[in-house]
Amino acid sequence: MTETLPDAAIPNPLDEAAITAAVENAIAAIAAAATLDELKAVRLAHTGEKAPLSLANREIGSLPKDQKAVAGKLMGSSRGRVNQALAARTVALEAENDARILVEETVDVTAAPRRRRAGARHPLSTLQDRVSDIFVGMGWEIAEGPEVESEWFNFDALNFKPDHPAREMQDTFFVEPPEAHLLMRTHTSPVQVRSMLERDLPIYVLCPGKVFRTDELDATHTPVFHQFEGLAIDKNLSMADLRGTLEHFARQMFGDEAQIRLRPNYFPFTEPSAELDIWHPGAKGGPRWIEWGGCGMVNPNVLRAAGIDPDLYSGFAFGMGIERTLMFRNEVGDMRDMIEGDVRFSEHFGMEI
Amino acid sequence: MRIPLSWLREFAQVPAGATAEDVMAELVKVGFEEEAVHRPTDTLQGPIVVGQVLSLVKEPQSNGKTINWCQVRVVPEGQEQTLTGEGIDPSGVQGIICGAHNFVEGDKVVVTLPGAVLPGDFHISARKTYGHLSAGMIASVRELGIGDDHDGILVLSRIGLDPEIGTDAMELLGLYDEAAEINVTPDRGYAFSIRGVAREYAHATGTSFSDPAAKVQAPAELTGGYGVKLNDDAPIYGKPGCDRFVARTVRGVDATLPTPAWMTSRLRLAGIRSISLPVDISNYVMLELGQPLHFYDQDKLSGDIVVRRAVAGEKLTTLDGKERSLDMEDLLITDDSGPIGVAGVMGGASTEVSEATSTVLIEAAHFEEVSIARSRRRHKLPSEASKRFERGVDWQVANVAAQRAVDLLIELAGGAADDAGTDVGTAPDAVTIALPASFAAERIGIDFTEEQIVTSLVDLGAIVDKADGGWTVSAPSWRNDLETKEDLSEEIARLVGYDQIPATLPVAPPGRGLTRVQQQRRRLIQAFADAGLTEVLAYPFVSKAANDTFGVAEEGAPRSAVKLANPISEEQGFLRTSILPGLIEVAKRNHSRGFRDLAVFEAGLVFLPAGEVGTASIPPLGVKPADEVLDALYDGVPDQPLHIAAVLTGHDSPAAANHTPRPWDWADALDIARLAGDVLGVEVVVSQGSHQAFHPGRAARLSLRSGEVVGYAGELHPKLLAAQDMPERSVALEINADVLFEAAADVIVARHISTFPVATQDVALVVAQEVPADDVLSALRDGAGELLEDVALFDVYAGKGIEDGKKSLAFSLRFRAADRTLTAEEASAARENAVALAAKRFGAVQR
Repeated sequence: MTETLPDAAIPNPLDEAAITAAVENAIAAIAAAATLDELKAVRLAHTGEKAPLSLANREIGSLPKDQKAVAGKLMGSSRGRVNQALAARTVALEAENDARILVEETVDVTAAPRRRRAGARHPLSTLQDRVSDIFVGMGWEIAEGPEVESEWFNFDALNFKPDHPAREMQDTFFVEPPEAHLLMRTHTSPVQVRSMLERDLPIYVLCPGKVFRTDELDATHTPVFHQFEGLAIDKNLSMADLRGTLEHFARQMFGDEAQIRLRPNYFPFTEPSAELDIWHPGAKGGPRWIEWGGCGMVNPNVLRAAGIDPDLYSGFAFGMGIERTLMFRNEVGDMRDMIEGDVRFSEHFGMEI
Repeated sequence: MRIPLSWLREFAQVPAGATAEDVMAELVKVGFEEEAVHRPTDTLQGPIVVGQVLSLVKEPQSNGKTINWCQVRVVPEGQEQTLTGEGIDPSGVQGIICGAHNFVEGDKVVVTLPGAVLPGDFHISARKTYGHLSAGMIASVRELGIGDDHDGILVLSRIGLDPEIGTDAMELLGLYDEAAEINVTPDRGYAFSIRGVAREYAHATGTSFSDPAAKVQAPAELTGGYGVKLNDDAPIYGKPGCDRFVARTVRGVDATLPTPAWMTSRLRLAGIRSISLPVDISNYVMLELGQPLHFYDQDKLSGDIVVRRAVAGEKLTTLDGKERSLDMEDLLITDDSGPIGVAGVMGGASTEVSEATSTVLIEAAHFEEVSIARSRRRHKLPSEASKRFERGVDWQVANVAAQRAVDLLIELAGGAADDAGTDVGTAPDAVTIALPASFAAERIGIDFTEEQIVTSLVDLGAIVDKADGGWTVSAPSWRNDLETKEDLSEEIARLVGYDQIPATLPVAPPGRGLTRVQQQRRRLIQAFADAGLTEVLAYPFVSKAANDTFGVAEEGAPRSAVKLANPISEEQGFLRTSILPGLIEVAKRNHSRGFRDLAVFEAGLVFLPAGEVGTASIPPLGVKPADEVLDALYDGVPDQPLHIAAVLTGHDSPAAANHTPRPWDWADALDIARLAGDVLGVEVVVSQGSHQAFHPGRAARLSLRSGEVVGYAGELHPKLLAAQDMPERSVALEINADVLFEAAADVIVARHISTFPVATQDVALVVAQEVPADDVLSALRDGAGELLEDVALFDVYAGKGIEDGKKSLAFSLRFRAADRTLTAEEASAARENAVALAAKRFGAVQR
């Protein structure tokens, strides 16, 4: 609709029929404009300087005085109608245009790239935090210590007699020179000794950490693994308190159905000593008891080594393997998966456990 | 310890039909873990019967071998074959091909009939071979799974048997018996005997026990026997190495006689190979009563036996044929000829019992635990005897065990015992323990009745006397592990049952939660993971070369490292001084599995010994060491700070549609290092660094504002990457996290937030190429004064328009005052001051 109307046809501003026709003509053209560009052309054609209505309007000036008012009124309302139609159409076309742009900008959201790497924690590290949190929630504190340790903290203070076979049960990495009496801790129990020496009584601590034994790596053994050990020293603690603590922990860890079982065992640092089994209803291959760790009442010689009077205080201790816990809790079938560092292993767990 | 059930049944009430599993299920209740089941019938099935070789025809074969075509009677003459099945001859005589030649017509042998199954899933059937139908097999001990001998078939007369034809050979050879294998904890030496385990089985089941020691009629007193002297002039810990030596003489023994099948069967199930009748008897008595014995050929002894410590330079050839240099701490059995045995560990070859022996001297001695343990370790000679002695043997049973051996030798080897005998030594002081009445209940949490306590202890074999406020308990002679009231409380709980212990939850006093360092560590590790890195846990074992490359004390100088005395692999015999070698191994493993784009990190301890490590001696157990001794122990432990390190290889993200991954570069390593500072609220200052593992021009030293070094970050050295077969341009960082933790502020003081308008001014400065941008930035900051809110480097340019050897650094300075709107003049003045300081410090010229 870009054509201009013939110059000859300048309507008379008093000719109501001709003006109305021009208005109708303009409104029809506005309605027919499909885009904002077309509408712009229509606007120029019907409201521009050369448009019939504009030309007719200009004619008012040359009319006799008494006719000006009539013609002015007619032209005013006529041009008003056209402008209204233009405005309305502009709004409509702009809205249409906006909507179209949005449609055109559509992307396939399923083809979005992952620009940010998803990091991951190692499940042994996450599990260690989770275990610690349960005990912190019970008012216990977390104690830590060195991985290369004095032989005294690792063995003697824990009532391992120098020549007793129990000392050889824990295949130990020794540090050069042997006369320096240093070793890689075989359990986190030296942290218990340090805690007893350094803390005020009563003591309720959990000692998680890395430990070392000279086992070759295979599906069920690794020379480097993790433990968490608990120690409570207070007045009048009994094996019933040990059992209650372990039961509470097991339920936090495995749900309300979790059950534990104690069986007699031997450790130099506890007397009585017990093996701890946990009932695993969801175990692969059916519900069963699973060996989880060792525990017992702290041997009075251990208390004495830390300067605690065994006639006034008693205590209990327990220890479990984190790898073992991960193996049966999260169905990890092969120890090597935990230590090889294959990123698929950690990434599968993400930040949770 | 393996327990043949037939043996256990002699002394305990094991129900008929009970299996090894049933027995283990009982024993686990009293503290013996299940190890394994040994049951011949799991791999061996009948029909296996006694047969007699009626005829034997030697048939030479074209391959040079000669085979025997045998007719073997497997049913007594005149009786009918009751077995049926393919290959079973109704006549009771089987035709069998046999390749062995160690038997003759008339010999009684073991016939595995068609239908039998032998170990190795070997099914016996009638089959055509060498032109005959061979219907069965004449078995060797190895084929039956009861021995190693494969030189020929088992001829029953040679093991002293003459059973009726058709007898079930499995019954005859004890193959229906089975053994339960249990784990015996190191405190319970007494349980390395059928005697000890039978007693425990009775405890577990509440049934009766008959003591094998009580069945032996041992003389109350022995005198006039072989001369024995106990001369330990260097006891360990003041305890004599030998405190009892019983010696008995049996003459006229035939050492060549076979060991009866019942004995070899039990020994085999217990895991001990049959050697000869005298040796088998000594092992049998040891297994039954827990007392290791040694038999000497008395005719080879010269003069009295003296038990003493070795003297310098002494040597002994032990039973295994090896000559051993003896240590002055070794306890020896000697005669006039010199050493004839390492006491309790292994005997000597010169006085060994042989087939020719006719006079046997039996030694049943009691040796001290530590002495035996040390000799065993020193000579690497773990033996059944040393295993028992180092855990503790019943002092009282020596005489009984000697008598039991005498009885068996007489019964089986045809000897006669001297009436005279030897029994020297001194009984150790009896251990008596005061047990307060309420102690066990308090310690265990079960409200034991008096009867439960007394009955449990009496059942163990203890003598319990009422005393003031409780009891006085004398531990049985075989329980050297019972020394304290705690030990007794365990025994009472064990016998009453650990399942009776109730559960109570003790309430800990109000805790302080995680320490600040524990929280910082968690935040740091989590931040690395949140930044897209994957946590791994590598071993701390590394090579010396790896430590020399990655562990830096002063720039360029490797650290000293902890060396292991007994590493898993000599190659990796050191403890890490840096986390990076382990991470590089992990990265390479991932590469080999097809993952090239990596970002892995680990937080862990590194081991940094300085000066003297350890302590020359360690204090004794059971007493708190003096403060200075404790301090020495603490100080001797090497420094072990927590490091966190990362290795990034390949690209920052996976390739994908609509995305071009970016290769990791040196700046990523720095970014992560700064992140570590950010999450802990510590400013990490970056400067040009030098570290032999890093690219010489792309390594950043990370430090605190104070100058203390925190770590390194940047691109790994191209040569190192090439040598390690790592992707080019891999980057890494390592931070001593403990230094950051320490540097973190306890309290951060708030800063006033000005809402007055900002005035921004840019400045471009030309400086020499080698001037670090960060130093120029610091100069601007210092020079601008307190109106400066922030300054940032936004462009680095060198090239056209800039003199050679120089570069242009463009900074954006943001000014704001706390109390007013700055005028343009104020901002410009501050900028000029900033530029002036940069000019003064680095000759910077404004472009």
